[in-house]
Amino acid sequence: MSLFIIVALPFLGALLPGLMNSAGRSACAGVTFAVSLAAFIGLLTNLPMVLAGEVVTARVDWIPSLGLNFTLMLDGLGFFFALLILGIGLLIIAYARNYLSRDDNMGEFFTYLLLFQGAMVGIVLSDNILLLLVFWELTSLSSFLLIGYWKHLPEGRQGARMALTVTGMGGLAMIGGMLILGQIVGSYDLSVILENRDLIQADPLYVPALILILLGCFTKSAQFPFHFWLPHAMAAPTPVSAYLHSATMVKAGIFLMARMWPVLSGTPEWFMIVTTAGLVTMVLGALIALFKHDLKALLAFSTVSHLGLITMLLGTGTAFGAMAAVFHILNHATFKAALFMSAGIIDHEAHTRDIRRLGGLRKLMPVTFMIASLAALSMAGIPLLNGFLSKEMMLEEANHTVLFGIPWLVPALATFGSLLSAAYCFRLIGHVFLGPVRDDYPAKPHDPEAGLWMPPAILVVLVVVIGVAPFLAEPFVKLVTASVLGDATEVPKAYFKIWHGLVPALFMSMIAVVGGLLMIAVFTPALRLWDTTPRPEAKAIFDTVINAVVRGSQQVILPLHNGAFTRYAAVAAVTILAAGFHAWSTGSVGTATRMVQPADPVLIAGWLMLVAATCGMVLMHRNRFLSLILIGIVGLMVSVGFVFFSAPDLAMTQFTVEVVTIILMLLALNFLPNRTPIESSVLRRVRDAGLAIAGGLATFALAYYYLLRDAVGTPISEFHLANSYKGGGGTNVVNVILVDFRGFDTYGEIIVLGIAALLIYALTETLLGGPVRARLLNRLPDQPRAGDVHPMMMVVLTRVIMPVVLLVGFYIFWRGHNEPGGGFIAGLIVSIGVVMQYMASGFAWTSARLRYPYHGVIGAGVLIAGFTGIGSWFVGKPFLTSDFTYVRIPPFEKFELATAALFDLGVFLAVVGAVMLSLESFSRLARRAHVPDSEHPMDIDPSRENPLQIGAKPAQEGS
Amino acid sequence: MEFLVASAIGVMTAGGIYLMLRLRTFPVILGISLLTYAVNVFLFSSGRLTVGAPPILSDGVSVYTDPLPQALVLTAIVISFGMTAVVVMIGLGAFLGSDDDHVDDPIDDADDKAEGTS
Repeated sequence: MSLFIIVALPFLGALLPGLMNSAGRSACAGVTFAVSLAAFIGLLTNLPMVLAGEVVTARVDWIPSLGLNFTLMLDGLGFFFALLILGIGLLIIAYARNYLSRDDNMGEFFTYLLLFQGAMVGIVLSDNILLLLVFWELTSLSSFLLIGYWKHLPEGRQGARMALTVTGMGGLAMIGGMLILGQIVGSYDLSVILENRDLIQADPLYVPALILILLGCFTKSAQFPFHFWLPHAMAAPTPVSAYLHSATMVKAGIFLMARMWPVLSGTPEWFMIVTTAGLVTMVLGALIALFKHDLKALLAFSTVSHLGLITMLLGTGTAFGAMAAVFHILNHATFKAALFMSAGIIDHEAHTRDIRRLGGLRKLMPVTFMIASLAALSMAGIPLLNGFLSKEMMLEEANHTVLFGIPWLVPALATFGSLLSAAYCFRLIGHVFLGPVRDDYPAKPHDPEAGLWMPPAILVVLVVVIGVAPFLAEPFVKLVTASVLGDATEVPKAYFKIWHGLVPALFMSMIAVVGGLLMIAVFTPALRLWDTTPRPEAKAIFDTVINAVVRGSQQVILPLHNGAFTRYAAVAAVTILAAGFHAWSTGSVGTATRMVQPADPVLIAGWLMLVAATCGMVLMHRNRFLSLILIGIVGLMVSVGFVFFSAPDLAMTQFTVEVVTIILMLLALNFLPNRTPIESSVLRRVRDAGLAIAGGLATFALAYYYLLRDAVGTPISEFHLANSYKGGGGTNVVNVILVDFRGFDTYGEIIVLGIAALLIYALTETLLGGPVRARLLNRLPDQPRAGDVHPMMMVVLTRVIMPVVLLVGFYIFWRGHNEPGGGFIAGLIVSIGVVMQYMASGFAWTSARLRYPYHGVIGAGVLIAGFTGIGSWFVGKPFLTSDFTYVRIPPFEKFELATAALFDLGVFLAVVGAVMLSLESFSRLARRAHVPDSEHPMDIDPSRENPLQIGAKPAQEGS
Repeated sequence: MEFLVASAIGVMTAGGIYLMLRLRTFPVILGISLLTYAVNVFLFSSGRLTVGAPPILSDGVSVYTDPLPQALVLTAIVISFGMTAVVVMIGLGAFLGSDDDHVDDPIDDADDKAEGTS
């Protein structure tokens, strides 16, 4: 099966559990299981190639210019991890089906689980480090969702946040490291990077890259000093813990260290950092684990400890160390997942995970006892179980490792770590299962149904089989080791066997086991000593750091974000001015290249009106109605300016927009107070005026300098002028740019416009549905109403003129490609025509004659424009490629038919719909506030009158 | 001519900034509209000023003004209508909901009560 499908299956499958949620819990789990199983089988189909030593690859270029390609590869290491992820994933899914209670939303759980699974598989199969980073972050996010799955538990939320913070920060560091690595090599393809060991290690940026990448690995794999998040993540449901913290998420860091092993390892820096971190984590984790009373916390710290062990083995940088690490990854995944699931069973049945409240479960839960004991003994390193084998190899390797020039340091600490490890394993067995049966369990424990114990049992079978017959696992482990090392010839020849003779590792092992037993014998006094020893509490430190960061951010943000819009506006204005001043004072201005053109008297007159209107607005803005009229003058002068400076299209647009804007503002002003009271102090007004004048001078200077100089580069405008007719078939270049050259822009813009109108509609609906409605109904108009609501002259005139307006709109639309006009302007003109009907004949009359709702008009516009664009796909052209032809239908002149006109039709409809929907929403508010619409827009209508009602009519209409 | 256009941009910007810094929604909206004009004219003027040469291709004419800024400004005008409408709606909704058209949050609760009906 293609690697793409293997990676895609969990992601696609993640859609299914949610859909199957209503079909029942078994269906939900079943579909998840089926998806995972399909991916698992797909993976196995690649096994023959991997066994033959080939590297299976799959490649699709994604963003080649960034070096980001969707490249996947499957070698021994990737296969090994994918096998663990999918294989243990299957067991976890089966287990979770029985573990989760009826209150848990199973669809949600399995969706998260599949997302996580897909992200993990993506990490281990990526052949591009940028792609790997994407998957890496996805695991952080999906594990956040999984850890916080029980949203009602504060521990769950806090644990999830902590995990996300720590692993997310590590991920950020790793992005930096990976980018450096890619820059050194010149490629982001893992297979290329892995071949450039010497180049990378000779580079001066090797150490920063190494530290950054290791930060990512250490945070993910919970290495000291980032180990603290993992125990807090135990607030998750046990299947999550078993999955994330035995086989997958925490192994991602280990995986990456193994993956990068050929290029990063073997240097003193690697050895010092990785070995030390691993060693400290191993001993510290084991020590804390021993004294934990929560079963899952114990297992969590033991996971930390074992991850430290694996990290230390990778840190040694020797081939044997790598092989031991690979073997221990396998063994740890099997026994630890089994142990987590057993802990979940105990929690599920006894309703507690507190070791102090358990004991004697051996008789009550014999099956669980068998499973958990075998797994725990394996973890303790007892012969005939798989943990013994890899622990022996670890001790053997530790024996040859010299750190800080002290030959006994690593062996002694490794032995001590193993001793503690054995001790907590014995404690787990002894204090939970052995001892007398108690009668104060929170619930009567008994073995669960097979669905819960079968998954861990399968894993324990593996534990025993590998432990008894290590030669079965040997070829596979060696295959994986070969791909870690990147060279099959370097794989150590040592055979996996139980009896190596009386080697030092055996004695160390014996010391560890015996010491562990002794430790349990003196556990009570040791615990007392441990409890009285002051220790730094990682969570408290973490919370302090987070709080400090939050306070620091607040000190920056709160003074700026104090809820005062005026402050935001002022800060923005000052910042822009300062940036402009900086550019002006540091840059240089070239000499003027254009002549100043003489000013026309008409232009001067327009300028005077514009300046007078603006100044008047500022001075008299307290009278809102007056300022509205003045801004209308400003807009009008701007449109005149557009006419003057050869922009007829702009002038028409500005003019029509001006009309609808003023109508809109009037509708709003209907409710708002008519005057703005004087509130700001004189000082404040002077300050604002100073800022305004500075801003005005700055834009004036910028515009003036700009206008007198030609562009520094060659503008692309010439291209549009040259190709407008040849390529677009139109002579109005502005319109051709809108509907053809930059049609995609326009498409986006009409969508934005439609969204804005829908937003206004939604706001109106919300307002009318809430308390505002009552207020509107009780509102008394603050101005006298017009005596004649529907003046007859206006009604008649608007109705007569409507067909003319439509004709003009049609004409403007149709000629738009060659003469000033087009969809935007035609849309605005038609809107104004319709608005006139509302104004003259009233809302009810117009709405009653409205055949299509405006939402539909907007939608139709966007769809027509979109389908026009898609249409060009059918002839093999890119989106929105336009075509045109000339037709002649006698007796008309020859005219042009262009697909761009269809697109323009979409623009037209969207504009009409958006403008009308906005204005209609405003008027709907107004409708609530006043006397109901009169039934008839014209008070005199002879056809309506019949002799019976003559007397009654006038009174009724006058109401 | 250049001076007139540039100064018009400057005057509209200054007026826009001043009104934008007022305390009530309506002048702020008008201020933003003025700024919109200023920005649109500025963008338009980046094509430099040409009189009597609209970008409508016709035979025998070789001088046209720059069409590209015009196309950009045309959509900007329409979009700014949409945005103005949204802002007006938000301002209106806030006023109808709270009977208060200040743009700034009340400083604290005491002030809120004191000027609740202003």
